Amino acid sequence: MAKADFEVPVLQQYPEIPEVEPGVMAHSSPFKSKPQFQEPLGFPGELVDGWHEKALDKMGDLLSRYRSLRVYLDSCVKCGSCTDKCHYYLGTHDPKNMPVGRQDLMRKVYRRHFTLAGRLFPKLVGAEDLTEEVLGDWYSYYHQCSQCRRCSVFCPYGIDTAEISMAAREIMDHIGVGQKYCNEIIGKVYKIGNNLGLPGPALADTLEGLEEDVFDDTGVEVKYPLDQEGAEILLVTPSADFFAEPHVDGLIGYGKVFHEAGISWTLSSHASEAANFGMFIGSYENMRRVALRIREAAIKLGVKRIVFGECGHAWRVAYSFLNTLAGPWDFLDQRYPIPQHICEFTYGLIQEGKLNLDKSRNDDMVLTYHDSCNVARASRMGDRPGGQFDIPRAIIRATCNHFYDMDEETIRDRTFCCGGGGGLLTDDLMEVRVKGAQPRVEALNNVIQEKGVTHMAAICAICKSQFTKVLPYYGMDLDQIVSVHQLVSNALVLTGEETEDEDEAADEAA
Amino acid sequence: MSFLSDVYAGLFYFAVFVLVAGLANKVIQYARTPAPLKIPTTPAPTTKTGVALRLTREVVFFESLFRGSKWTWIFGWMFHFGLFLVTLRHLRYFLEPVPMPIQLIQPFGIYGGIAMVIGLAGLWGRRFLVDRVRYITALSDHLILALLITIGLSGLMMRFVVHTDVMRVKQFFQGLYVGQVYTLPADPLLLLHLLLVAVLMIIFPYSKLLHAPGLFFSPSRNQVDNPREQRHLAPWARRLEQD
Repeated sequence: MAKADFEVPVLQQYPEIPEVEPGVMAHSSPFKSKPQFQEPLGFPGELVDGWHEKALDKMGDLLSRYRSLRVYLDSCVKCGSCTDKCHYYLGTHDPKNMPVGRQDLMRKVYRRHFTLAGRLFPKLVGAEDLTEEVLGDWYSYYHQCSQCRRCSVFCPYGIDTAEISMAAREIMDHIGVGQKYCNEIIGKVYKIGNNLGLPGPALADTLEGLEEDVFDDTGVEVKYPLDQEGAEILLVTPSADFFAEPHVDGLIGYGKVFHEAGISWTLSSHASEAANFGMFIGSYENMRRVALRIREAAIKLGVKRIVFGECGHAWRVAYSFLNTLAGPWDFLDQRYPIPQHICEFTYGLIQEGKLNLDKSRNDDMVLTYHDSCNVARASRMGDRPGGQFDIPRAIIRATCNHFYDMDEETIRDRTFCCGGGGGLLTDDLMEVRVKGAQPRVEALNNVIQEKGVTHMAAICAICKSQFTKVLPYYGMDLDQIVSVHQLVSNALVLTGEETEDEDEAADEAA
Repeated sequence: MSFLSDVYAGLFYFAVFVLVAGLANKVIQYARTPAPLKIPTTPAPTTKTGVALRLTREVVFFESLFRGSKWTWIFGWMFHFGLFLVTLRHLRYFLEPVPMPIQLIQPFGIYGGIAMVIGLAGLWGRRFLVDRVRYITALSDHLILALLITIGLSGLMMRFVVHTDVMRVKQFFQGLYVGQVYTLPADPLLLLHLLLVAVLMIIFPYSKLLHAPGLFFSPSRNQVDNPREQRHLAPWARRLEQD
């Protein structure tokens, strides 16, 4: 079990709603950004003079540009429906991690400065000025929100705390109070092309290595092309797919699927990142700038289609925002969805019977599936609502013999976030990540106990990294989390592949 | 009494003005503020008809609240549906002649009044009994509940205990349409009831009661899920493209 300098929650058979323990997570804050990480994004390097006025100005600006923010700050009636829905509240017990508690950190400032009632009777309506202390709370608690939207499912007005935490981060960035993790990463995308700062030659090297591995395994020359002009498909995938486990097994799977489909494809070193942390910091401008790299790559390479690899929030930006941010995509082939998810692509081939899948190759695993929050509640796959739940499951069922879902209340649109999304996947937030993972791990633990589940599949780079890191805190193995396309990769019998039977026959002959 | 009636007449003119102007102001503000990105909580409808159905389910059945908290749903729905029936019943004071459906609804309006008070009591109880809800409750949340429950109770008292002269109440409100002030019955319960209703109307556009128009403007509920098919550019975002 991994060592922790905080108390790791105990997993229960039946979920418990904890009593509130005010302030227990007030100490949790991510590392602050530095001038060299702030400036490439267009933000001041450190806390500016007159920050109070500038923060309120920015808030007024956002209120006039985002209907969501205005309506959500006005509409809450404090009914309490959301109070037991956030995984960070369930795991930490801090009431400022209840969605309404988190929203109120901004709502009280909104009321004080932007509403008549708050200007006249601040005490009565819980209005408060933006003091240094309140700003400290903002920095702490708006970085304990993974923007997973679970609260918005249960709110009678659909109030989405993600919108509010994004706005808060945008306001803080504009007064020079940024988060190191997100802002440094966005800078790397601008400078090098991906979150991990992997330069083109390193990518080429890695992909060559993958081709060799797959050839050794199967005897088939599956290509993993980079910057290949004229390819049919541009694959945009999270950079973790290039080397992290189990992500890379997913990437191997995508390549095999494209190979079997007989469609030419390529990765791009310019847009070697599906993730878009511009969303996490609530910055339309930065999100747009990151998204435009994909447009530039698609034009330069002359592709006809864009397919996204397994990444949760990337798929949200791709599915929900890409057309708006970086469209129109009139130069691409309009017969296919723009952009398309790799699961939609693979599912289509399975439907057409074009993939030869041997489920028994995954018989060493009993699987469950984790719906990643951004895919579940902020996007879709296929042409029907809910396709984002059914299509990945259909792929798993087509590639595995043993699959069980977790408790209904913790999957599909009620899925729990992994605890590491929204720009929190950094070691300086380990406590909130481990505690926030509790509801998901609890449901996982229950299917492990009851159904003998051994592995959990996911389609999000952040989920995969997060579980790899936090499962050991709960006494589980880090390799119990797998990529969906890893399952595809295992089960897919490539055309011309040397199967084990043939190997044995060859051995006997020799 | 005529002085008091003048005061009440003035109060109601003022209250109606604040309610209408304040709400119009808010609705215009919401409508004019762009929603720059597609953010429906998915799975979401892919057509406008689907969105209309989704909103109808939210307005009529409180669908999301039902999924979120059964107790709050029971009490909240009782209160709102009760209030709806009560409002229909009260239309008899404002319409002449009274339409047939409003005549038929009269007895149900009384049940509505009872349901409304029970619902409010349940909602208020949660503010004391559930520690999470207690934590998020501000003084104004208590006061709004107190206001509504007192309106309900004073109304029920006039129905079951101390009757007032409803014909003169109707005459008073009919008179306001033409700028004529008739004398209100000098019953303390009636005066309290009317005063609090006027207060409710006045605070409506400045309080959390804005959840009523807010729901219709909530992007997570009112947007069609079609971002791959259609671009969704806000005017300020379009300007970024011209740079």
